[in-house]
Amino acid sequence: MSEDIKKMIIDYVKKEYLEEDSGVDVNENTKLISSGIVDSFSMVSLKMFLEKKFLVKIPDDKATPDAFDSANNIINLLKEYTKI
Amino acid sequence: MSHIGSYEERYRSFNWKQSEEELEYGKNGMFNIGYYCSDRICEKGDGKKLALIWEGFTGEVKKFTYDDIRVYSNTIAKFLQDTGINVGDRVCLFMDKVPELYIGFVGILKMGGIAQPLFSAFGEEALFTRLDDAKTKAIMIQKKHLPKVRRIKDKLPELTKIIVIDADEAATPQINEIHFWMEKASKVEKFEIVKVGPEAPSVIHYTSGTTGKPKGAQHAHSSIIAQYITSKWVLDLQSDDIYWCTADPGWVTGTSYGIIGPWANGVTQVVLDAGFGTEKWYAFIQKHKVSMWYSAPTVIRLLMKEGIEAVKKYDLSSLRHLASVGEPLNAEAVVWSEKAFGKMFLDTYWQTETGAMMITNYPGMKIKPGSMGKPFPGITATVLNTKTYEPITTAGIVGLIAIKPGWPSMMRSYWNNKTTYDSKFKNGWYICGDRASIDNEGYFWFVGRDDDVINTAGHLVGPFEIESALLEHKAVAESAAVGKPDPVNMEVVKAFIALKPGFEPSGDMELDIMNFIRKKLSPLAMPQEIEFVPSLPKTRSGKIMRRLLRAKEWGEEIGDTSTLEND
Repeated sequence: MSEDIKKMIIDYVKKEYLEEDSGVDVNENTKLISSGIVDSFSMVSLKMFLEKKFLVKIPDDKATPDAFDSANNIINLLKEYTKI
Repeated sequence: MSHIGSYEERYRSFNWKQSEEELEYGKNGMFNIGYYCSDRICEKGDGKKLALIWEGFTGEVKKFTYDDIRVYSNTIAKFLQDTGINVGDRVCLFMDKVPELYIGFVGILKMGGIAQPLFSAFGEEALFTRLDDAKTKAIMIQKKHLPKVRRIKDKLPELTKIIVIDADEAATPQINEIHFWMEKASKVEKFEIVKVGPEAPSVIHYTSGTTGKPKGAQHAHSSIIAQYITSKWVLDLQSDDIYWCTADPGWVTGTSYGIIGPWANGVTQVVLDAGFGTEKWYAFIQKHKVSMWYSAPTVIRLLMKEGIEAVKKYDLSSLRHLASVGEPLNAEAVVWSEKAFGKMFLDTYWQTETGAMMITNYPGMKIKPGSMGKPFPGITATVLNTKTYEPITTAGIVGLIAIKPGWPSMMRSYWNNKTTYDSKFKNGWYICGDRASIDNEGYFWFVGRDDDVINTAGHLVGPFEIESALLEHKAVAESAAVGKPDPVNMEVVKAFIALKPGFEPSGDMELDIMNFIRKKLSPLAMPQEIEFVPSLPKTRSGKIMRRLLRAKEWGEEIGDTSTLEND
């Protein structure tokens, strides 16, 4: 299950935040925020995607750059709010 | 002891000549900023001193001495000349905060080109608008951003040199593309720096207004006179400082105080090419022993969210002096920074158009948390009555912030847009577009913008550009973009949207529109919230009343609605 979610997050990041032929590889440990792939403004759209996809409400104070910094971090965050 | 010493004494006796004399500006007919940021420091005997310590997000570190900056900028300047770039041609820098951005800036100036740095997160439409307006001839770019340019280059006939700075060696350049690797190119030890005049154009920075397309504020080489002395007296740059300006050179702070100011002062600066992360940033300060930190209120408020406990995990005792720019620094943030770091962040006020600091707080001066401070020596600033444009002489009355023209770093025009440039002056004053009051001790207090421009995290975003882009979305019939209050970014973009028949409001639709704008314009322009409405309030002549929507967001009086269509 967790593998599916991982893939869903990675696919979304690739589709929405990277150029098709950017040559940047993304895996579950790839730094998303600190690498600049997703900037702090774009985190809002990533958070909205997660909330819609997993039917959760992530409190703003939990949506920190560190919590969003990799697919693995995001899964850990989601685990707090949903049974995944 | 700070460089400025007594502010009052400096203000009384100041003359810009003082800065020119310290710089020896114009000696041997040399006015080129590129010289003052590299060769001059080497000639003074500091060639071996570190100019740039760069760290990437993976932790990779590169170090460049002033002599490295001199030679590499020579190399870039010569390369640009050899590829057919001429004096006065616009050369765009479109990269993340990599060393080539900083050194390329100096190289472009050395060969007489006009540097046009653009924020690398801009989407293709934002990029196209700015390259088209400036009729840019060349762009220096990282391969990761190349697809954006490839998609628009056919619409940009003047853009004939696309210089990729980090192409894979095996990659084949497409038409008009050139591969160039700064550190692998043959080093150019001696380069004849182009002797431009002090009024020659140096940099174009694009900024947004309420209406129309973004405008290119064009600066001149003599801007360095103001950037040098403000760096010295406000940032208080000392010869042994490790200086960190967190701004991206795609914006004016990143060039005026992320390149020109520190390097003209011969200071070592550090650059972190990574996104924001509280602990990562504290670790960076600790690792490099940053002593002077110039950042932004948004960053400070993000740090505040993490609390003082996060600060305590790191040894930040190297910090000597802190300053902030981009949007008003609230009193709470000033007070917090003193608790957290033992020093207050000092607010500085200026704009893309002013090129250098105008109204600021100074080391050693009495600080009133929440105040913008006082005019820099040599700057005559006031607030004007909004109708008569006469200076307000009563303390505490809100008016338009205005500066007496003539300071060295003032923009010389908007590129190809003199009409808009001229409209910025009233009754002999330059009108900043912000409102403030002055207290009985001469301190300025920021109130807000005087127009609909949105200040988000210190960056100005024009509602017109967002609304124009929104109309390109298949579902949008009409829209209005306004700033809404935000505890971290001061304002964020909120869009009111009426959908075309056949489209229904939904979460998916909201996310789709958000991502559409983010990719087309930039993450800053992306609405952080969308409110779907059946229709937008308009005047009887059909103009959308953005003011009404903004007032609602801010909980303000909506004012005169006599011209409202549906009244």
